[in-house]
Amino acid sequence: MYDPTVARLTYRALLGRRRALILGALPLLLIVISVAVRALSGADDQTAADVLGGFALATMVPIIGVIAGTGAIGPEIDDGSVVYLLAKPLKRPAIIFTKLIVAIAVTMVFSAVPTMIAGLILNGNGQQIAVAYTVAALVASIAYSALFLLLGTVSRHAVVFGLVYALVWEALFGSLVPGARTLSVQQWALAVAHKVAGGDLVTSEVGLTTAVVLLVAVTVLATWYAGQKLRSLKLAGEE
Amino acid sequence: MTTLSLDHVSRWFGNVVAVNDITMTIGPGVTGLLGPNGAGKSTLINMMGGFLAPSTGTVTLDGRPVWRNEEIYRHIGIVPEREAMYDFLTGREFVVANAELHGLGDEAARKALATVEMEYAQDRKIATYSKGMRQRVKMASALVHEPSLLLLDEPFNGMDPRQRMQLMGLLRKMGDEGRTVLFSSHILEEVEQLARHIEVVVAGRHAASGDYRKIRRLMTDRPHRYLVRSSDDRALAAALIADPSTSGIEVDHAEGALRVQAVDFGRFTTLLPKVARDHGIRLLTVSPSDESLESVFSYLVAA
Repeated sequence: MYDPTVARLTYRALLGRRRALILGALPLLLIVISVAVRALSGADDQTAADVLGGFALATMVPIIGVIAGTGAIGPEIDDGSVVYLLAKPLKRPAIIFTKLIVAIAVTMVFSAVPTMIAGLILNGNGQQIAVAYTVAALVASIAYSALFLLLGTVSRHAVVFGLVYALVWEALFGSLVPGARTLSVQQWALAVAHKVAGGDLVTSEVGLTTAVVLLVAVTVLATWYAGQKLRSLKLAGEE
Repeated sequence: MTTLSLDHVSRWFGNVVAVNDITMTIGPGVTGLLGPNGAGKSTLINMMGGFLAPSTGTVTLDGRPVWRNEEIYRHIGIVPEREAMYDFLTGREFVVANAELHGLGDEAARKALATVEMEYAQDRKIATYSKGMRQRVKMASALVHEPSLLLLDEPFNGMDPRQRMQLMGLLRKMGDEGRTVLFSSHILEEVEQLARHIEVVVAGRHAASGDYRKIRRLMTDRPHRYLVRSSDDRALAAALIADPSTSGIEVDHAEGALRVQAVDFGRFTTLLPKVARDHGIRLLTVSPSDESLESVFSYLVAA
């Protein structure tokens, strides 16, 4: 399924200079905030959980997911260069699967690693908070990558839709409206984080079983559907 | 022997019919797909290359369907019209990646780059390439697996005369080797120089098909219209209409000129200067008034 050539092309496109700068900006901001918070108010478990939950998991992870997930395929479809992948004896779902792996890896590196570092800076992993949120970021990276890769495959405005989803749904509704919380990657990831940390500092609206089932289902379905869409992707119509 | 067959293929986008009930067979050798801009050539090539499903009808390569059949790309090489092609790679990296995607190695890529004579710039980023260089690298990427069918969409666009000659030589060679080569163009001279067999598409319809000489004859034998100004328009009109090569003349007062319709192009072009000289008439303007490709093509459709 995994094609190293497709992966290499995707990595190079994703980590091109401009995109890498955008990918690096939010993690840098998180670390700067963490250093400032630690310097101003000292190590505090609740503050650490607030920063990691409010900024890292609710905002940074989905945005990195949007950039990596849609960026893994969207620009190629937009400019038509995907034709060089499609005109090959390669199974289309294999192209999607490979791009998913790359998007997950990039999202994890640019979101979970800085979350861990920020957690260590904030309270030195007191009460397992850094590890819990890092696990949440890792888990969320998988589901976001699959969702946004699908979005990049089906829509020319994937980044806009992705950001609206990430910022409005996940960050706003996801933390305010009770119903929306159940259908939120963030909450599913928090359920996993809660299991890791124990205690009341990391909590989720959904139970662990529901969360895991939904995470797996969303990832598998989005990937499968993206593969189907790529099989019938039409490149013409400009005439 | 590879044969590409289109059987009653139509394609519409919403209410717009881009390709209208086309049936054609493309065999070994070089075939030119000729038609004015917007005639549906790209839509047709996209369907031939499996990037677009026909709304009705079928496209098959030696009996195997092209649409939704990834394995078919072992036999097809495609040179798309669009420019985009992983600009952040060097020419060599791009062609090597294309070879790898076919399960081939560096050697296939090296050969393809040599075929298009791009070794000298293979280590430069594609972003720095001229249009002609891009075209050649695209060509190399389509040749890595030595396909039996090569599809090229407007391959000569933006090429300088030398590059054009070189690419024509290459395509001719591939045709002589028994490969099936199909390229599209809106320039008759281009198609004529390269393709023995021509398929003409106008407004989504299959307008003509056959040997280039037959198409050329169809195009030159159509009624030609000229705008002629002379020192004595009426005397010239009388002398011209006496000859069967002229089918009609109108005196256009507003323009102060004659509008002449000639049915025999070859004969008329020698007749006009001769008649003028014999009658002591000076020709001031002789300009064809319907030489646009569109008018040539619309004549072909009516024929």
